[in-house]
Amino acid sequence: MSSSTDRAPVGPWRLAWRRFRAHRLGWFSLRLFALMVLLSLGAELISNDRPLLLRYQGHWYAPVLQDLPETTFGGDFATPTDYLDPFIQRQLEQPGNWVLHAPNRYHHATVNYFAREPHPAPPSADNWLGTDDRGRDLFARLLYGFRLSVLFALALTASGVLLGLAAGAIQGYFGGGTDLLLQRLIEVWSALPELYLLIIFSALFEPSVGLLLLLLSLFGWMGLSDYVRAEFLRNRQLDYVRAARALGLGPWQLIWRHLLPNSLTPVVTFLPFRMSAAILALTSLDFLGLGVPPGTPSLGELLAQGKANLDAWWITLSTFALLVTTLLLLTFMGDALRDALDPRQARP
Amino acid sequence: MKGQSVPPVVTLSAPQDLLEVRELRVSLGGREVVHGIDFNLAAGEKLAIVGESGSGKTVSALSLLRLLPQAGLSGSVRLQGRELLTLAEPELRLLRGSAVAYVFQEPMSALNPLLTLGQQIAEVLQLHRGLVGASARARVLELLESVGLPDPLAQARAYPHQLSGGQRQRALIAMALASEPRLLVADEPTTALDASLRLQMLALLDEMRQRLGLAVLIITHDLHLVRRFADRVLVMKDGSVVEQGAVDAVFAAPRQAYTRTLLESLLQRELPPAGACTVTSPSQSRPEPACLEAMALRVSYPVALSGWRGWLRCGRYWAREGVELRLEAGQTLGVVGESGSGKTTLALAALGLLPHQGRLRVLGQDWLDLQRPEQRRLRRRVQVVFQDPYASLSPRLTLEQIVAEGLQVHEPGLSRAERLVRVLAALREVGLLAGLAPAEQQTWLQRYPHEFSGGQRQRIAIARALVIEPQLIVLDEPTSALDVTVQQQVIALLLRLQRERGLSYLLITHDMAVVWAMAHQVTVLRAGQVVEQGSAESVLRAPRMPYTRSLVQASGL
Repeated sequence: MSSSTDRAPVGPWRLAWRRFRAHRLGWFSLRLFALMVLLSLGAELISNDRPLLLRYQGHWYAPVLQDLPETTFGGDFATPTDYLDPFIQRQLEQPGNWVLHAPNRYHHATVNYFAREPHPAPPSADNWLGTDDRGRDLFARLLYGFRLSVLFALALTASGVLLGLAAGAIQGYFGGGTDLLLQRLIEVWSALPELYLLIIFSALFEPSVGLLLLLLSLFGWMGLSDYVRAEFLRNRQLDYVRAARALGLGPWQLIWRHLLPNSLTPVVTFLPFRMSAAILALTSLDFLGLGVPPGTPSLGELLAQGKANLDAWWITLSTFALLVTTLLLLTFMGDALRDALDPRQARP
Repeated sequence: MKGQSVPPVVTLSAPQDLLEVRELRVSLGGREVVHGIDFNLAAGEKLAIVGESGSGKTVSALSLLRLLPQAGLSGSVRLQGRELLTLAEPELRLLRGSAVAYVFQEPMSALNPLLTLGQQIAEVLQLHRGLVGASARARVLELLESVGLPDPLAQARAYPHQLSGGQRQRALIAMALASEPRLLVADEPTTALDASLRLQMLALLDEMRQRLGLAVLIITHDLHLVRRFADRVLVMKDGSVVEQGAVDAVFAAPRQAYTRTLLESLLQRELPPAGACTVTSPSQSRPEPACLEAMALRVSYPVALSGWRGWLRCGRYWAREGVELRLEAGQTLGVVGESGSGKTTLALAALGLLPHQGRLRVLGQDWLDLQRPEQRRLRRRVQVVFQDPYASLSPRLTLEQIVAEGLQVHEPGLSRAERLVRVLAALREVGLLAGLAPAEQQTWLQRYPHEFSGGQRQRIAIARALVIEPQLIVLDEPTSALDVTVQQQVIALLLRLQRERGLSYLLITHDMAVVWAMAHQVTVLRAGQVVEQGSAESVLRAPRMPYTRSLVQASGL
């Protein structure tokens, strides 16, 4: 007891965080995943057909940020410059000029019209992981596709958590008739065939990432609301909630200060698993062609290409490797988080 | 005379000792929790191990048969001369349940909810006695009858949830006896039972002991139970035996200071005389309005509805007759009863958390007549302290946030500094910050409930109620989750607060000893009806109704 008096007080969340960090595989996974996400956020600097910075005839340009017509570099037309054009490259290599290229010289939409091999091309010094069947660089497609998947999954998870928390909190706190009514509504709602709706909507509207996010959000919150509802139902009859009611707190204060913080454990535990489920959902929809609009870099679309070009092993293999790594890291994180938040675990 | 031919007691008892424990040490997770204990147990003897939670009494008892898989054991445990600590696992498994049987504290969780009692007892018979079929069935009925269960045929077909708590505990004992053990280890066998059932259970254990020549090792924190039941007692503290001997000798003349504190914590009555507070009030001449007054108040509790109506809702049992209660200002009214007597409903109704039927005037007002803002003003004057200090504090708030909460609701005008002053004053008043430097007090305020002990938590709960200066505090079993020595301290604190502030308490409890220590008036409830009512002295000294008498007896008063 004497040592506990000098120790700084530690909250329950802080304790859980400590336990999470003590879990080596989970902590490693979190750091690796964070690194991958950070790198993909800077995808424009890693994989781009436009040079990052260049000096041409005494002027400085940053083509990443600005559109430059070909006439700038002595071309004939006022069209955006194709930096892979051998003519432009020669211009830029003249003495006095200086170019800083991105490590990988292809954007996800760049088609290399000057490639030496037919598409899809196997891995080479030019295209590290080869190209897809339209001549676009596979590494660039994967990098941008990964970014889109992760951001999409984050957004879907966030919306799912918010909706699930709200619905579960209302059901669990008010209980009785409200609970009964909402529960039946949820059952009806969950019985709607999601996939058919997606097909119908993709026929009605122009497909876009935003529309997809909206549709998936509408159905993605129901599993979570059940857990939150159960936690609220359990917690609301505990003595500390009764004591707070006897103190005169209103319903929203009760929910905000007492019930919500004590009902978050299942929500937090499920975050990584929800993320991986969201990534997988987007990938499968893209694979089926029901997902993002054509041209958008996406892992599912790459898998579909791999299936259509079985001899181009590099497409399937690299996409598969990226997907497995991502999902595995998320699962490891989820495992560690579940252990860290398990109340039966001994404190470190 | 023949007396000379009887050999000295020592040589007689030594070969007969059923169980012999020498230098038993137990470590859990690398930390030693039992530091070398010694004791003997003869056949037919009743030994009690007492101690507070964390004293190592349950760990020691479970270690006798190596029931804690992760524990590191050393020393020697001999059962009928056989060393158990080095015995091979398969042989040990034969002994478990056959030579030594355990009865655990919580009868509901010790029984498998999916099997009938008959099936569960027959399983033991098959395992240890090799009985199957008709002979097993006959033995099951015999056992159930021997533990005093009426209609054994029906009980054998019943599932655990169909039985009452007392019946379940009897069934567990029948199950333990099925293998005809030599030693019965009972871990807090009566804690989960209502007061009036405890005596019956002890009588049953004693009867079984006499009939079968069992030795009984009972583990408990309840000193009344020890005095009533055991031959010898072993007092444990922090993993060591501090005292052992015959019960009478230890109770009459405890040698160790710790045993004395344990015994002194048997509650004493040191009340401020009834009406002591009204003497100081200026309006002594005219009768003060009652602090709490119930007229024809009908209490209810939830019961399961039969048939399809039970699918969607729970039924409520409404007591036929109303309850009449009166609590004068500055006094304590004890409301006693078993679970299901409606006393908790009464507490919640007094707090305005549950609608009621009939009249219930709290500080002259009825919750049902009030509008929202008036309710909020009344909330400030009526506060509550709950039973379980582990459930009554939100685990995600700091000490400061917990105590300051009432101030934020009722005095939103206070600045943060002013609030802090009030919080510190309340904590000091409940004796929580005594002897701490200001810097240390600051770190204490930022602590979370899991860093405090049970007694400290109960003090925090009291401080949370006190900080908004209420007049009436509802105490819902305020001490039943605490160790005996802590119980005594908390009661002393409550009594001091009552003296100094003229507080009124509505004390809800099932423990007559607490009523004896705290209450001026007492009301005994059963199934929502008042059984007996009057001043605490008269009711406890000379209970008129048999029900009250059984409650008083069970508390060992």
